[in-house]
Order: sequence, then C-alpha cells, then structure tokens
Amino acid sequence: MSDILLMLGIFAFTSVVSYALISRVPQRLHTPLMSFTNAISAVTILGALLLFTEEATALAIVLGGTAIVLAAFNLVGGFAITGRMARMFRQ
Amino acid sequence: MDNWQELLVDLVVIAVFIGGIAQFRTPSGARRGNITAALAFAAALALVVYRNTIAQPWLVGATFVVGAVAGWVIAERITMTRIPALIALQNGAGGGASLLVSLVELGRVSAADDALGIGFALAGMLVGGVALAGSVVAAAKLENRISSRPPQLPTYNLLLVLLLALFGGAAALSLTITGLDQPVALAIAALSTLALGAALALRVGGADMPVLISLLNAFSGLAAAFLGVATGNEMLIAAGAMVGSSGTILTLVMARAMNRSVGSILTGAQLAQPASGAPSAGAEGAPVAQENAAAAPAAAGPPDALRQARGALAGATSVIIVPGYGMALAQAQHEVAALARKLSQAGKLVRFAVHPVAGRMPGHMHVLLAEADVDYDDLYEMDAINDDFATTDVAIVVGASDVVNPAAITVADTPISGMPILRVHEADTVIVCNLDSRPGYSGVPNPLYQDPKSILLFGDAKESVASLIGEHAR
Repeated sequence: MSDILLMLGIFAFTSVVSYALISRVPQRLHTPLMSFTNAISAVTILGALLLFTEEATALAIVLGGTAIVLAAFNLVGGFAITGRMARMFRQ
Repeated sequence: MDNWQELLVDLVVIAVFIGGIAQFRTPSGARRGNITAALAFAAALALVVYRNTIAQPWLVGATFVVGAVAGWVIAERITMTRIPALIALQNGAGGGASLLVSLVELGRVSAADDALGIGFALAGMLVGGVALAGSVVAAAKLENRISSRPPQLPTYNLLLVLLLALFGGAAALSLTITGLDQPVALAIAALSTLALGAALALRVGGADMPVLISLLNAFSGLAAAFLGVATGNEMLIAAGAMVGSSGTILTLVMARAMNRSVGSILTGAQLAQPASGAPSAGAEGAPVAQENAAAAPAAAGPPDALRQARGALAGATSVIIVPGYGMALAQAQHEVAALARKLSQAGKLVRFAVHPVAGRMPGHMHVLLAEADVDYDDLYEMDAINDDFATTDVAIVVGASDVVNPAAITVADTPISGMPILRVHEADTVIVCNLDSRPGYSGVPNPLYQDPKSILLFGDAKESVASLIGEHAR
C-alpha cells in the first residue's frame, strides 16, 4: 500500500474540484445532477469486474455476479434517466 | 498501480469525468455532460477488461447485459411522477453492488493482510449497506408503500449504536477466524449494515426526504471511493469522490433551505410536535383544521371562492405560481402548466417560484414542470424571485404549505422558524389550491388561510387548478 498517499491525494483533489464545480449547478438541474452522479457511483462495477480476475469460490461468483447486475442497472439506468430528464427541459 | 503509463491513462479518464460534471450548467450542457461521463465510463470499463484477464467472461458479460437492459428499459418507460423512487432504487443498487464487492474482498483476506485495505473495504461495506437499505426504504416511502411518518422510539439512538457495535464486532471477528465461520461473521456484519440503513431512513419522514435522498447519494459514492482505496483503483476513487462531493453539497443545500442541521433532520429531532399532522391525514391535525375552516373568511364558499379567484386572475398583469409536494401528489403539473399557458397567452407575466425543498427530492418540482412543457427559463429559484412577490398581483399556491408559511418569519420557536420561505403573502392576492387547511408537514398552522387577501380553493389540486382554467380535470 505504498500508493496510499497517491490514492488519498486523488480522493482529496477530485472531491475539492467536484465540490467547486457542483456548487455552481443551478437548483433547476438538481434532479438530473443527482441521477447523473448516481450513474457515476456505479463505478463500483470496476471493483466487481476485478473480483473475476482471481480464482473465485462459487459463493464469490454468485455475489460478484449479483454485484454486476446491480451496478449495471445503476449505471445504464442512471445515464438513461439523466438523458431523458435533460432532454425534457425546454429552453 | 503497475506503472506510470497506466496511472496517466487513468488520470485522463478521471479528467473526462470531471469534464462531464463541469458541463452541468444548462439543460443542453447537462445532456452533453451526461454523454461525456458515459463515454468516460465506457473507457474505464474497457481499460479494466483490457488490463486484466477475466476468468468467467461469459458470466460477467451476461450479468452485465441483464442489469443494463433492466436499467435501460425501466428508465425509458417510467412515468416522471415515479422518478424520485426510481432514482432512490438506482442509488440503492449502486450501494448494494459496493456492499457485495467488499464482502467478497473481505472473504479473501485475513488479518495478516494489509490493514489499511481491510479498513477501507469495511468502510465501503458499511456505507454501501446503509445506502442500499436506506434507499429501498426511501423508495418505499416515496411510492407511499410505507408510512412517511417516522416511528418515534425513545431508544432509537441506542438501537443505532447497537447495530453499529454489532457491525464492528462481527467485522472484527471475521478477520480473526477462518474456515466456515468466517462467511457467517461477514454475513452478520453485512446484515447489520442493512438494518442500520433501514433504521436511519425510517426515522426521516415526509418533507425531510430531500435531505435523506441527497445523503444516501453521497454514501453510495463514498462506498465506491472506499472500495477504490481497498482495491487500489484510482478511477474508482476519483469517481466515488465526485459523487460524495455532489451528495454532500445537495445535503447541505437542502438542510440550509430548511434552516436545520443535518443531524436534527436525521434524528427527527424537531418533529415531536403535538399538532404534527401529515398533509394527507391524521387525527391530531383534524381539530386544527376545523378551527381554521371556521375562522376562514366567510366569503370563501366554494363557488364564490372560484368566482373571486377567476376575477383576480382576469384583472392581474403579473402572476407567480408556487408548486409544492401537493402538486406532485395530485399529479396536477399538466393542469398547472395549462393554466400558466392560458394566463401567459392573455398577456400576463407568468413565472414559477420553486422552493429548494419543495417536493420529495432536490429539483422535484422542476422535473415535473419540465415534463408538462413549462419553459426552463420560467422556473425561478427562491432568491431570484422572492423580492418580486411584493409587486405581483396574484400568487397561486399549488399544494404547498410549509415553504410559503409566513409563520416562519413572524412566529418564534416553531420547527420552521427562521426557515427561508417564498413570501407569497406579499402579493396582492393569494390563491391557495391546497387539499385542506391542515398544517404542512411541520405541523405549524399557516396564517395564510386566515389572511383576508387569500382565496381558498380546497380540494384536489388537479381539479382546483382545472376549474381555474374553466375545464374539468382529465
């Protein structure tokens, strides 16, 4: 875990930059913003994929497979609903 | 990290993600940002598959397709009124995935392994489990499957502490034992996170939902970020941190708009009011309602009130419409939009004023009105329009009570005292299309109902608004 400083640095940097950017999102777009960031939180699917790079027990395969179903639901559904809402706003 | 080239590529992907968020300023920017982030996501997925050998590619592919198709179909077909619940469920799915991934990761380690990685995997499991169970409870409340009234238990805090202790104990045990008992200890730890999330969400009721939803949003992001540290994946860390930031901001914005602390909302601290009747029903609210009805202006019998309201609108040159959760509940957004169009066609200035916590999630009213084809530029945020009520002829309140309750300014020591409100009472005339005169979620009686300038159209908001246009509700 020699990379811990790098990882904490990335965490801190992205948190601060995102905070600055998202603070300027108008309230009118708060629902799409939420479903958008929801979709991004499905990034946990990367962790689920990595589970399948090692030898896995049957239980691990079932849990990992379920994790992929859930994360893919969140990922695709989140981007789809965000796009639908953003298209709905007329200007 | 294997080498610096990989790190560099990861940082580029992270930068594209950030670029997606940076475009979230306007509706068209949001569309582009959404596509940008989706592309970054595809790149992140491709990189992980390219860099590693997946042992069961068919299984992984099939499970992905199942989740993706389900997510796509539901997101494309669901009606807009059910969006809050869908978003909560999507959030819960992400949290659940984090919970499961950390479970498997923890099942593979022993205490001899790197303690930091284990610590972060445990943190990811805790936050992910809370996000999953909390979101499912929130979705059930948003769909009115379970009561929005929080249960009042004097021992609630003790219960939460005990569940947390159970999680800590089971997690610690899972690291020290091996063999068949280890999965059992991990399962107990996982179940305790679910119970914790459910208990946390159950205690947050009705009008406080926007805060809960935002907080759970932050949690699912943090769960991913913690897992990223545990597995050493920079893209996971960065994307999770973004979501954590976003959820935190929304949580704080919502809490500020209620003039309350996040802690008091989560503990339901200010809800133990004697007269706290939910907007829908409640025996405690009834006496207050009768009292209010008796004190209401005598001229406000239904036909008279409707005639007065139409007259006020006919003579007005400027109108501000204030929607609240009641509009969502009655699904009156199309009638409201039709009313706005009709007034606007008659040459009147028509604008919408939306309180940050109107509805059950951040931005709830905006989405409903956008669905009903209300122009984005006609939707005003509180600070942008509040000073204009004083110079406005008619304010129309549709299913809102607490967010327009002047008692927040004039009466001290109520749950909403000091909460910023939309100052509809400063308009010349206020048309109130609420279900009845019962107080809103806070339980604080609304003096608007006694104000002589108010015209009260009680009943289903869909019908009240339709009758203003001179139509019957669809």
